[in-house]
Amino acid sequence: MDWFYNFPDMSRSDLREFKKTVDFAFTDFSRTYGQGIEEFFEPLLMFLVWFEKLFINTPWPIIIFSILLLAWIGSRSILIVVGTFLSFMLIGYFGMWEDTMSTLAIILVATFLCIAIGIPLGIAMARSNKVQAAIVPVLDVMQTIPSFVYLIPVVMLLGIGKVPGLIAVCIYAIPPIVRLTNLGIRLVDKDVLEAADSFGANYWQKLLGVQMPLALPTIFAGVNQTIMMALAMVVIASMIGVKGLGLPVLRAISNQYLALGLMNGLAIVILAIIFDRVTQKFGLRMQKYRNEDKD
Amino acid sequence: MNSKDILIKVNELYKIFGDGDKNALDLVKNGMGKDELLEKSNCVLGLNNINLNVKRGKIQVVMGLSGSGKSTLIRHLNRLIEPTSGKILFNNKNILNLSPKELIQFRQNNMSMVFQKFALFPHKTVLQNVGYGLAIQNISKDEWSEKAQKWIKRVGLDGYETYYPGQLSGGMQQRVGLARALATDAEILLMDEAFSALDPLIRSEMQNILLDLQSELHKTIIFITHDLDEALKIGDRIAILRDGSMVQDSDPQEIIMNPADEYVSDFIKDINRARVIQARSIMTPTKTKSSGATVKEDMVLEDILQIMSDAPSKPVTIINSKGKITGKIEMVNLIEGMKRPKSLGTNITG
Repeated sequence: MDWFYNFPDMSRSDLREFKKTVDFAFTDFSRTYGQGIEEFFEPLLMFLVWFEKLFINTPWPIIIFSILLLAWIGSRSILIVVGTFLSFMLIGYFGMWEDTMSTLAIILVATFLCIAIGIPLGIAMARSNKVQAAIVPVLDVMQTIPSFVYLIPVVMLLGIGKVPGLIAVCIYAIPPIVRLTNLGIRLVDKDVLEAADSFGANYWQKLLGVQMPLALPTIFAGVNQTIMMALAMVVIASMIGVKGLGLPVLRAISNQYLALGLMNGLAIVILAIIFDRVTQKFGLRMQKYRNEDKD
Repeated sequence: MNSKDILIKVNELYKIFGDGDKNALDLVKNGMGKDELLEKSNCVLGLNNINLNVKRGKIQVVMGLSGSGKSTLIRHLNRLIEPTSGKILFNNKNILNLSPKELIQFRQNNMSMVFQKFALFPHKTVLQNVGYGLAIQNISKDEWSEKAQKWIKRVGLDGYETYYPGQLSGGMQQRVGLARALATDAEILLMDEAFSALDPLIRSEMQNILLDLQSELHKTIIFITHDLDEALKIGDRIAILRDGSMVQDSDPQEIIMNPADEYVSDFIKDINRARVIQARSIMTPTKTKSSGATVKEDMVLEDILQIMSDAPSKPVTIINSKGKITGKIEMVNLIEGMKRPKSLGTNITG
């Protein structure tokens, strides 16, 4: 009855052998191809460095002015613009300007990458049930696997730095945009699609002229979620060498600096709120036709 | 019937939904009904051996209760639904043989559709909605907006070009739907319960707009409805569907005078016969003039009664549209005509 009380597991030496094999295989893989992969990402790294420098080296009044302008274009709300202005002044006054700029740079690049990959992926999922069935489990894994776990192979392959950080952020942040693009397109009223069909619209005319515009509010909710998740990932990404607001937070954790942790944490929160409000307002304005009253 | 007049010919059309039994088609062809088929092979019988000839320039009504297959039938004509077997000829060309590219061409140029729930594009303005069928043909914006403008005016929506569908009432939305369908200058207009979602007054108004347009445009219209009054008002010919089968396909007067079976009788039992039956349906053919007044052969019994009440004993003379005498009607014929046929039962209260 021994098997009844003790799980019939693999012997310890076998297990060690198994882990070793996997580890060696991956180490071999990263030794052989690591160089190549790193070279492949070299242009991306150059761009990231350049983009971050652009944010840091541009005089702060110009940056603030550009941000306020974007906030106004996105939200058309004085309240949000004033709030944004005060928030950035406060961040700067407390000496977090440079870190905030680094974070802003990587968030923007990550969001752009997620949109560029996520929306076409969502469209492909909406088009075919088979593609959807294949991608959904992958997204599930990406959203539930502890971030530290996929940091290991990324770091083994690419080492510590901006590019692996960016990849980690993207893995974490891309699922919502993919899911919501798929959902948004699938939720488009069938009657309306039938009408487009009956007038002889082809696939692309339907996609670009009917499905995407009608799915846009949902897709935008996805963009919003992706930005929020990218910001949430900033602290973890700082563990593998991404500069920005996450780094001081990490230092604060290991040294129990309460004020430092709070300040930088709150700066991340402020960025999140501004991004969220501006993108949400923008999303609402895009579906103006749904909200306008009859007259 | 001259075969040149027939624009659309539907030939032995079958549609079976569901991918259950491969033999389902054979079962149906051997006479299995809808309920039995569902039980035996888990397939739903959509259309069962439909044959229909639609004449050029006429309004063909297809009528039936919900689930009778009328919406399925109309969607076969532009292949929004593919049949299980059968032929659909347009100008003697089987449209089921069209390649995907040809089908798109066919939909763009030959057929347009008006939907029960309007199915307008909520994110496009009235102008963009009406111009949609043209815009996707890569016609320049100036050209399509000019045409769209013309049709918006024609359906009485002048000044609403920049509105979104959500800002319009149901009746106005369906005018947009109608204008959108007319804007492509397609020869055939498919109308799937186009006015069913509108309230009675607006519905009647829309019917008048349609008849008014038709007297000028002479489109070939396939009009789906479950409302007999509507069918009688606008139909040149009425086909009645039941459980996917064609029960009767004839002249509207014929349907009222000689319903094919109980189902059709049920349909017509509540109508006001005096207001729909025309003189030609009950007259006694003759070429000689009678003693009473002279009326046209498409006059309804109600109006003839009004005329005859002055001199009940004198039969009226019936003339056709060319003024030739074709028959006479006596008071007895009038009463006989307004009475329900025997097959409808003698229950006065029912």
